[in-house]
Amino acid sequence: MQIEFNLNGQPVSADVEPRTTLADCVRDNFGQTGTHLACEHGVCGACTVLVNGEAVRSCLMLAVQVQGDKVVTVEGLSGDELTPLQAAFRKHHGLQCGFCTPGFITTAHALLSHEPDADEERIREVLSGNLCRCSGYVPIVEAVLEARSAYRDAGSK
Amino acid sequence: MKAFNSYIGRPMERVEDLRLVRGKGTYVADVNRPNQLYAVILRSSTAHGIIKSIDTADALALPGVHRVLTGKDLGNKVPVIPLRLQPLPQLEPFHQPVIADHKVRYVGEPVAVVIAESAAIAEDALEHIMLDIEPLPAVATREHAETKRSVVFEEYGSNTAITWKAFKGNADEAFKGADYIRREKFKVQRHAAMFMEPRGFVAEWDEVAGKLTVWGAAKTAWHNRRTLAAQLGLPLEAVDLIEVDVGGGFGSRGEFYPEDYLIPAAARIVGRPVKWTEDRREHMMTANHAREMECDVEFACTRDGKFIGLRGQIWSDIGAYIRTNGSVGPRNIAQYMCGPYCMDHVDLKSSMLTTNKTPCGTYRGPGRYETDFVRERMIDLAAQDLKIDRVELRRRNLVADAQMPYPLPSITPFDSSTELDSGDYHTVFDRCLKEFNWEEKSKLRGQLIDGYYHGIAIGSFIEGGAAGPKEEVRLVLETDGALSVYMGSSSVGQGLETIMAQIAADAMEMPYHKITILHGSTAYVKDGYGAYHSRSTVMGGSAILVGAEKLKELIRKTAAQRLGCKPEEIVIDDEQASFGGKHLWFAGLSETPLEVEAAFFNKKYTWAYGTQAAHVAVDPGTGHVKVIEMMSVEDVGRMINPLTLHGQALGSMVQGLGGAFLEHLVYDDEGQLLTGSFADYLLPTASDFPKLDSVTLELKPCPNNPLGAKGAGEGALIPVGGLMANAIADALSHLNVQPMELPLSPPRIWQLVEEAEAARAKA
Amino acid sequence: MKPPIFEYASPSTVAEAVSLLAARNGNAKVISGGQSLMPMLAFRLAAPELLVDLRHLKDLDAIRIGEDGVRLGAKVRWCDIEGDSRLVTGHPLLAEAIKHVAHYQIRNRGTVGGSVAHADPSAEMPGIAMTCDAQMTIVGSAGTRVEAAADFFTGPLQTSLEPDEILTEVHLPAWPAARRWAFLEFARRKGDFAMAGVALFYDLDGSGRIANAHVGAIGVADRPIRLSEVEAVLNGNQMSDKLIAAASAKARQTVDPPTDIHAPGAYRAALVATLLGRGLKKSAA
Repeated sequence: MQIEFNLNGQPVSADVEPRTTLADCVRDNFGQTGTHLACEHGVCGACTVLVNGEAVRSCLMLAVQVQGDKVVTVEGLSGDELTPLQAAFRKHHGLQCGFCTPGFITTAHALLSHEPDADEERIREVLSGNLCRCSGYVPIVEAVLEARSAYRDAGSK
Repeated sequence: MKAFNSYIGRPMERVEDLRLVRGKGTYVADVNRPNQLYAVILRSSTAHGIIKSIDTADALALPGVHRVLTGKDLGNKVPVIPLRLQPLPQLEPFHQPVIADHKVRYVGEPVAVVIAESAAIAEDALEHIMLDIEPLPAVATREHAETKRSVVFEEYGSNTAITWKAFKGNADEAFKGADYIRREKFKVQRHAAMFMEPRGFVAEWDEVAGKLTVWGAAKTAWHNRRTLAAQLGLPLEAVDLIEVDVGGGFGSRGEFYPEDYLIPAAARIVGRPVKWTEDRREHMMTANHAREMECDVEFACTRDGKFIGLRGQIWSDIGAYIRTNGSVGPRNIAQYMCGPYCMDHVDLKSSMLTTNKTPCGTYRGPGRYETDFVRERMIDLAAQDLKIDRVELRRRNLVADAQMPYPLPSITPFDSSTELDSGDYHTVFDRCLKEFNWEEKSKLRGQLIDGYYHGIAIGSFIEGGAAGPKEEVRLVLETDGALSVYMGSSSVGQGLETIMAQIAADAMEMPYHKITILHGSTAYVKDGYGAYHSRSTVMGGSAILVGAEKLKELIRKTAAQRLGCKPEEIVIDDEQASFGGKHLWFAGLSETPLEVEAAFFNKKYTWAYGTQAAHVAVDPGTGHVKVIEMMSVEDVGRMINPLTLHGQALGSMVQGLGGAFLEHLVYDDEGQLLTGSFADYLLPTASDFPKLDSVTLELKPCPNNPLGAKGAGEGALIPVGGLMANAIADALSHLNVQPMELPLSPPRIWQLVEEAEAARAKA
Repeated sequence: MKPPIFEYASPSTVAEAVSLLAARNGNAKVISGGQSLMPMLAFRLAAPELLVDLRHLKDLDAIRIGEDGVRLGAKVRWCDIEGDSRLVTGHPLLAEAIKHVAHYQIRNRGTVGGSVAHADPSAEMPGIAMTCDAQMTIVGSAGTRVEAAADFFTGPLQTSLEPDEILTEVHLPAWPAARRWAFLEFARRKGDFAMAGVALFYDLDGSGRIANAHVGAIGVADRPIRLSEVEAVLNGNQMSDKLIAAASAKARQTVDPPTDIHAPGAYRAALVATLLGRGLKKSAA
């Protein structure tokens, strides 16, 4: 099936089988391999992308379901310089092996875009949908807490 | 080493992060080769049985399917996987064949490999393969194994593969005269490393060059290359294993698994690159399981609380085959049960039982986690019985600074002896009490607040590191003055590129940003060893120091030729080689890069050590345990990067908590794995254990390596099981609840409370 | 874990969707949020020929609150319920229960209709539907029908939905402001399926006695259930510690939960009794 949508700010199109997940589509059809597959059954959050500004598990969506939508992956949230969120992750050592990290970046970005004043409890609640095996989560939470100021300054959605 | 730079000891932000936070890492699933095909593996869904037939015709007929390989496609004899550690001849019957031969021995064992145009098509093909297996009774418990409900290796005739013995002094004599002996049984559940990135390989065979390249290596690439080359009948130089970014290992990824052979073999057979990544369901039944053990031990003390020793029997359920490092955990349980405490008499037998379950290997702190659970529980029980304060009892028995080096029990066969190298265990112990605020928290012991009973506990641990025999590096001073360091160490996510750059920067007295660390691939150095047993910093780091001295010699020699003096007259400072007022920059010093190879050899383990304390609150109605706070204090001799070290401690603690409360690989009586996804295998999440902290000290450097460092990636996990069980017992002491089994799941805690209340009602 | 092959359609009207389903004679499945269906496809536990996506169907995503209660369109998502402040007072039991559903990313996609049609015995929404005597509006080739929750849930992951039927609305009856209620569940980790959960409400008559008690439980049977014997213990009596103890004991006696890898049946029975006791206490505070 032919699909057209917006990926990281660019209009894209592809011919995919209906059974192709959004995760496999961004990775294989568009080479955006920052979105990772760690479980493929919707528990670990490593595949989190933004669809129309909302964080979703891309392994639980079909590519055909984003026809006409705006999809943003971790690559779309990156630039030449580290963003304040990425810099905070680096500063607080919020990643070790890095495999879960794109999912945390997209989820945290979605959360702080909507709720720049989220407190630690809320941050932990939201991040409880993303698994990390290396960090013990404490440094990730510290990073997201620090990144709030950048989102507050930018003005919330 | 002049104290010119001091990158060592600084909390440097990691250079790896620049690509990883952007999603620009390259993990094996991101590697693609032109013209590649995809492999999916058919795995046995029967735990134990004889293969009668495998009919692949229908699968082959599916459009897009290229080949379906089974055992008969792999030559006259299906290759087996040799042991990397403790490779005793008597363990040869238990080596795993790379594909099921005439028999299947566990659910998940590879039976066939489908190669197709896409992973989805290959997966479709699985359903069309007719596998006829005549089932045999499954060995799924220790009872099954010992009563021989079935025998996993019929030629061998028993399900007890080997029994290790750890010994020190004369336990039988010593126990005869002991004032106090307590005998207890303990159990730890099967769980696993469960790293986030599923395993995978991309293999490519270049027929013209006669060269095999395999992406997806980790941990022990050189050893794996030797194994693979031998299995394929290729010379070593014809095989390159390449490590890309690695999504966690924890001791499990990177050992030689069946797929390490099957995917490269498939690439050679089909003549096109073959890509394989496992999915999570597969991972749960194929990547090494760990930790499943039972034991029946006795602990002896004097009346005034001086530890005498440990005696007893341990059984480890190691699954259907002995994996490359499958003996390490069971040996460690016996050898290190004494931990950081003085014990003159040890006699522990540790048997490895074969069962029809996924084979086991090392997982962070192998055997150490299980054994600390046993020992620390025994210490708290002794404290209760002897009416000595738990803190005091530990203090009385911790090995003292003046006793170093202190011999640990020896183990046999494949004899090994080791000793604690250096340490001030008492200072660290007291520091933990202080950081945790033990005095204040003691007031909460046994208190019922808002429906929760509160308890605290403390435990001490040792962490062995820096396994030898060596590590190799190659240092290259490039013509532009940058330094490339090729290493045998591998990255499993621990920040190798940053830590090693810090060490190299200090050793060469160069700016950190001019150093690039290249690691883990067999193309880089002749003979590396890798990342395991918390060895990279000590072994790789020390090798860098050795290499740096050699490189400076070469720089002096080169500069001396150009400046017309003797090499000893050259002064190296600030990236320049100088003599008599004349300076030559590193950049442009030579027309070609200056290269040296070096190795660091080591036979002695390092022993980091520490103490951990925890405060929990237990809801007896639901069995829920809240971890209110946890503090870990560890002496690592020398810290290279406090930021990454802190990360290792926190990550370790949470893995320990996962093992204590949540994680469990459950089998039924027919060897069926019931835990097949993350919905059933529960990992800790961000909301589970919020209040954790650790303090790392540099009290007693290690005397056995030039860095003075001790391996420190596993320690904070080791005491967690025992700590949690003790804290729960403390909280529920009014009921005399005594947990003897992990995990401390809500139903188990609830059950213990029910039993304790029933017992109290009867009394 | 790639899904098996299937076709895909995204019709614009309910009628179109129904006829697509009917044409495949039981071999087509509805997909909306996909949070329950996609994992099943990934594990190849389901292999439909055709997926009928409801994404273009209009007017199924509204939350209507009126005199007759709360009408949830089948495509209402958990985040929509969370974000609708009217429900805090309009249906506090629903609002509280939904806080426990899954995780952030799932809450952006998962739907009321999907959860109810999937009928997981440990899920919160089916539990609320049962407890509150919800009325399900169902559209199929034979027309539109309305069914009570008690008849809708027929077994483990089973409902009365025919292969050509689509659930379009879940209607919760009117909620009086003075109503007493509680929702408590116990899960291993935040967002997990409940090991057991209790949803309850009652009204107080003129003399402060419990009337109209509704006590529902999840995680203790093959479907969400009403604990009618517990309701009988409560009705007509004043709340007291003694009554709470009697109700809890009755709960423990009357449920017969299965044993699985996460817990033995006896634990779940004790757990539901404990949660009930705590819930009743909370409701009276």
